[in-house]
Amino acid sequence: MSDFTGSFWSSYVAIISLVGILACLVLLWVTARKKSVGNADNTTGHVWDEDLREMNNPLPLWWVGLFVITVIFGLSYLFLYPGLGAYTGSKAWSSKAEYDTEILKANAALQPLYARFEAMAVQDVAKDPQAHAIGERLFMNHCAQCHGSDAQGSKGYPNLTDSDWLHGGTPEKIKESISLGRVGNMPPMAAVVGTSDDMRNLAHYVLSLSGSPHDSLKAGFGKPHFGACAACHGVDGKGMMAVGAPNLSDKVWLHGWGEEAIVAMVHKGKQNIMPAQQDRLSASQIHVLTSYVWSLSNHTHAATP
Amino acid sequence: MSPQNSDRKVIPIHTADESPSSAFLYAATPKIYPRTVQGVFAYWRWVGVFITQLVFYGLPWLEWGQRQAVLFDLGARRFYVLGLVLYPQDFIYLTGLLVVSALSLFLFTAVAGRLWCGYACPQTVYSEIFMYIERQIEGDRSARMKLDAGAYSLEKIVKKTYKHIVWLGFSIWTGFTFVGYFTPIHELGMAFLQTRMGSWEVFWVFFYGFATYGNAGFMREQVCKFMCPYARFQSAMFDHDTLIVTYDQQRGEPRGHRPHSVSLAESGLGACIDCNLCVQVCPTGIDIRQGLQYECIGCGACADVCNGVMDKMGYARGLVRYTTQNALRHGWSTTTLLKRFFRPRVVVYTSILWTLILVLGFSLMLRTPMRVDVVKDRGMPRITQNGNLENVYRLQLMNATEELQQLHLQVRGPEGMNIESEANFELGPALSRWVAVRVSVPYGSLSEGSHKIWFDIENETQTLRVTEASVFLVPR
Repeated sequence: MSDFTGSFWSSYVAIISLVGILACLVLLWVTARKKSVGNADNTTGHVWDEDLREMNNPLPLWWVGLFVITVIFGLSYLFLYPGLGAYTGSKAWSSKAEYDTEILKANAALQPLYARFEAMAVQDVAKDPQAHAIGERLFMNHCAQCHGSDAQGSKGYPNLTDSDWLHGGTPEKIKESISLGRVGNMPPMAAVVGTSDDMRNLAHYVLSLSGSPHDSLKAGFGKPHFGACAACHGVDGKGMMAVGAPNLSDKVWLHGWGEEAIVAMVHKGKQNIMPAQQDRLSASQIHVLTSYVWSLSNHTHAATP
Repeated sequence: MSPQNSDRKVIPIHTADESPSSAFLYAATPKIYPRTVQGVFAYWRWVGVFITQLVFYGLPWLEWGQRQAVLFDLGARRFYVLGLVLYPQDFIYLTGLLVVSALSLFLFTAVAGRLWCGYACPQTVYSEIFMYIERQIEGDRSARMKLDAGAYSLEKIVKKTYKHIVWLGFSIWTGFTFVGYFTPIHELGMAFLQTRMGSWEVFWVFFYGFATYGNAGFMREQVCKFMCPYARFQSAMFDHDTLIVTYDQQRGEPRGHRPHSVSLAESGLGACIDCNLCVQVCPTGIDIRQGLQYECIGCGACADVCNGVMDKMGYARGLVRYTTQNALRHGWSTTTLLKRFFRPRVVVYTSILWTLILVLGFSLMLRTPMRVDVVKDRGMPRITQNGNLENVYRLQLMNATEELQQLHLQVRGPEGMNIESEANFELGPALSRWVAVRVSVPYGSLSEGSHKIWFDIENETQTLRVTEASVFLVPR
């Protein structure tokens, strides 16, 4: 009840609830002592639709019993569980704690299943059909939103099925990427590269690295400016996994292909984030997920179940 | 106030027979001891009991091929009904079945009153069975009343214990059968005997059993009078041409006892000899001679017992009988009464009911035992290295047959559209599977925006064919 700054509304709610319940009991008690008066033929005298008459029959006593039971239930509930204003109930129950307990229970139940895989190397886990199926479900729930259901990504989200890895495609590196996340940082280089013509020429040089269509004259003018890029992308433009600098000499264009896209990237830079998963997934889940992701580009395909 | 008004006396107006009665708003309900009755309606009620219970207790034991014929597997979300394998996506059929049931209730009630209540409702049926057991152990009405009124004796304790043991055994068997619709009953039987049922199975066996025991053993007519909503709204289906169990007041009144030797004409009385048997046999404890009452479940017990009395007295049968209010008022013959069956209300109910049954039947017959759901990836469409624009979809393939299926997937849409990923899938019996599918067009061949496409999925023999629509997005 942190929504309230004072205790007034809390007591207001609690008092209304309790008075309401007690008023029900009082009403029941008062009406139980009252007699209702009807006609000699045991009708109330009310007639509808020509001949439909209302009988003056008493309600069965067990109904009163049910009513009292609901009152007892209500009061016990309010004693045990939160409901009366800020009172947390004698069991101090909360939906958050309930959720946490259920997660713990579920994880404990799943532990024997994962235990088998934990002892195995990622490459061996990848061959296990059961692990593959678990990995696929984990991928669909936690990865497919960005990387796509087929793991081939889209603009800004890397393709996980090819051999082009920004941060390394070994099981250890994949596990690291999943657990801790990654930040790809391309700083804005306009100030270093020079004029917009310089950037355009540089773009053509970058295109030439992968043998993409380009203007070789402009590329020639752009080449000297590549020195500013070589610190991360390497002199030959083949990238550097240690800092997550992409290979510019292949035909994988994560953030868009062509002169305009490259100029924009040099001009504005880019920060691209892969969020860390270690707080959402358990270590054993990440282990199985790593094997699934690894298997996508290393076709030691597990028999699909 | 003016002086003329002040000395005016207010004279209360009473109708001649009014002497007020008063009662507490709540009162313990007197226990009802229905007397055994034999006759044509009792016979039909037992037919109802046998049919409904043979189906209920027998169905879970039927086998269909390698599996239970009727099984609602909630865990796996598969519902097996004879040859059908239903998915949760087939829920519409259950809706259809419920609508058909509701309309049947309307129709039967409009024609002949609370037939459902009197002959087929589980509350009636189980009460009938429980009362039969009670009668075998404790005897008929007077014996039971005497036993209850008497002090606790060895005989009373033995009889009561015996009755409750039989009732409880029957109830648990009922609960067990109920759970057998949701858990394979053969395995459940073994688990039950070895006391190793799952906790939810135990809960439902005993909960359903307890409900049967409580409702059929103790609550009985109270359920119909104070709890059941269907009992209430069936009255709204009645009209003056509905067949209801009715006392023929013109023939019966004035009622009175008379010596057997005096003939009906000589006695100067009506046909009702006021023997009160119709009240004694009534499972809800009402007097049918007071006219149509909401408590009447239309079981016809009073009609049966009265016919017996009329036979003994040598009077014509049918002092209490199924007839309509109009027929009684106008003295119609049976033919005239039956002609009123073809009134608009009944004709409308009948035609809607048959239309629905046919639609439901045909749609079940023509149903393709395979389902496909298409879920488009929410990610951006992608441009590939070889100059294609790709959209990704996830397809849930659901096999509603009990054979292995080899499925082939094709896409229909704008020119040049292709499936880039695997298009052949194997799908095990009654299994479902999600597959990721990549669809491509040459980049620039389509205008920006959304384009309709269709996935065609068919099996090798082309006996199964499903088409599902989706869209292909081209970004701006």
